[in-house]
Amino acid sequence: MAVLSASGLARTFTTPRGPVEAVRGIDLTAERGEILGFLGPNGAGKTTTLRMLTTLLTPTGGTATVAGCDLVRDPLGVRRASGYVAQSGGVDPNVSVREELVTQARLYRLGKAEAASRTEELAADLGLTGLLDRKTATLSGGQRRRLDLAMGLTHRPQVLFLDEPTTGLDPGSRADLWDLVRRIRTEHGTTVFLTTHYLDEADALADRLVIVDQGVVVAEGTPDALKRAHAGSAAASLQDAFLAVTGRSAASGDRTPVAV
Amino acid sequence: MSSFLSDTALIFGRYARQTLRSRLQMLFGVLMPLLYLLFFGPLLTDLPLSSTGSSWQVLVPGLLLQLGLFGASFCGFGIILEKQYGVVERMRVTPVSRLALLLGRVLRDAALFVFQAVLLVLAALVMGLRAPLPGILIGFAFVAVLTVALASLSYALALKVHTPQEFGPVINSLTMPSMLLSGLMLPMTLGPKWLDVLSHFMPLRYLVDAVRAAFVGSYASSAMLHGVLAALVLVTVSMTLCTRAFRRSAA
Repeated sequence: MAVLSASGLARTFTTPRGPVEAVRGIDLTAERGEILGFLGPNGAGKTTTLRMLTTLLTPTGGTATVAGCDLVRDPLGVRRASGYVAQSGGVDPNVSVREELVTQARLYRLGKAEAASRTEELAADLGLTGLLDRKTATLSGGQRRRLDLAMGLTHRPQVLFLDEPTTGLDPGSRADLWDLVRRIRTEHGTTVFLTTHYLDEADALADRLVIVDQGVVVAEGTPDALKRAHAGSAAASLQDAFLAVTGRSAASGDRTPVAV
Repeated sequence: MSSFLSDTALIFGRYARQTLRSRLQMLFGVLMPLLYLLFFGPLLTDLPLSSTGSSWQVLVPGLLLQLGLFGASFCGFGIILEKQYGVVERMRVTPVSRLALLLGRVLRDAALFVFQAVLLVLAALVMGLRAPLPGILIGFAFVAVLTVALASLSYALALKVHTPQEFGPVINSLTMPSMLLSGLMLPMTLGPKWLDVLSHFMPLRYLVDAVRAAFVGSYASSAMLHGVLAALVLVTVSMTLCTRAFRRSAA
């Protein structure tokens, strides 16, 4: 059974100017140990979908399960089974790395001793050991991102949600992060659901892609299959396939990574 | 239940450490009431403000609640910053109790403002305040309850706005009338009838009257009863609103 599955997942916002259908019905699944790339132009409904899957937003239609737990009926089960790394990270700049990791583990209801040992273990695993007693504000971009990832992994989640994980990173740090995500998947069988608007990232990292536009899934498949189907051959660029499917580029004026 | 308590303790600890890290901030809130005490209090000493007790027994209760009013109303500022860092969302995707996310914060706020209230009363004792100890302790309890109520409302509002620039003016336009209409500085009974009647629609007035009653030792008065009831209603309504805000939005 799929670790992550959504069926007709929808969200309509009520605004002063009438209802806005941000997500109109998303169907998707992800298997254990799969890296699923979730792509779409700006305003396609990526963030809204992600916020629903992480229980931050209640769906107005459809259903979804994470690790067998229903989003609406068992949000607590969903929260226990998933880790979420937001684009903004989520650490306080004035708090030390150690305190943030320990607090996070305690928020996931680990005992005191367990939280301390898990912090050491994660720090060793993600190259943060020498940084534990520094304030998070003093970390470099790449170090910060590794900390954000560690925060999402504290409770060994079955599904890890990553929102634009490499935005603002230099090329070296991006490559490191990609390696890290692959390693997490291989070593722990974690399912990774990542949104990105860097098509090279989606191409390099994801086993399978789901492309959304105007709140619905418009294409789905492995990067190569999408290129063959929509851009003529597997040697074509994902950008061409993306353009063919959505009629738009991945993000206005932002199709190449920053700092390249 | 035990996880709710440990969640609350965890959140309280996090924010208490945050406060302890900035010693200056701990003392800053007490500055404004202290200035009133030093430069406004002496003006009142020979005025017949009340049939029982000295002018200090009228002024200091007002200053205590002023401390709570202005301090707690601005608590939301902190959470706006945390929202921008993503800290609020990061906590909301964990299994932590939503009520604990609120309660841990407001208990820290209550502890901070009661601490400041103690400093203020110590300064007032030096200036000439004489009041029964149980009355002073009741005053601290009112500061704590007022802080919990107003800080909750402040957090609920802060979860809905996006920038500190939107938040500040709203709070200012609510706290100033609250201060004037509740008779924090001088008892409303001194004023014309219409002003006194108007001020009865301001819940904070009942708290001020109750603490003034406590400071002259009249614990079984109707002022005390009304104050306790007003405080309980205020704290129940505001905590309900804020827990709902934590459960729902927070973009």
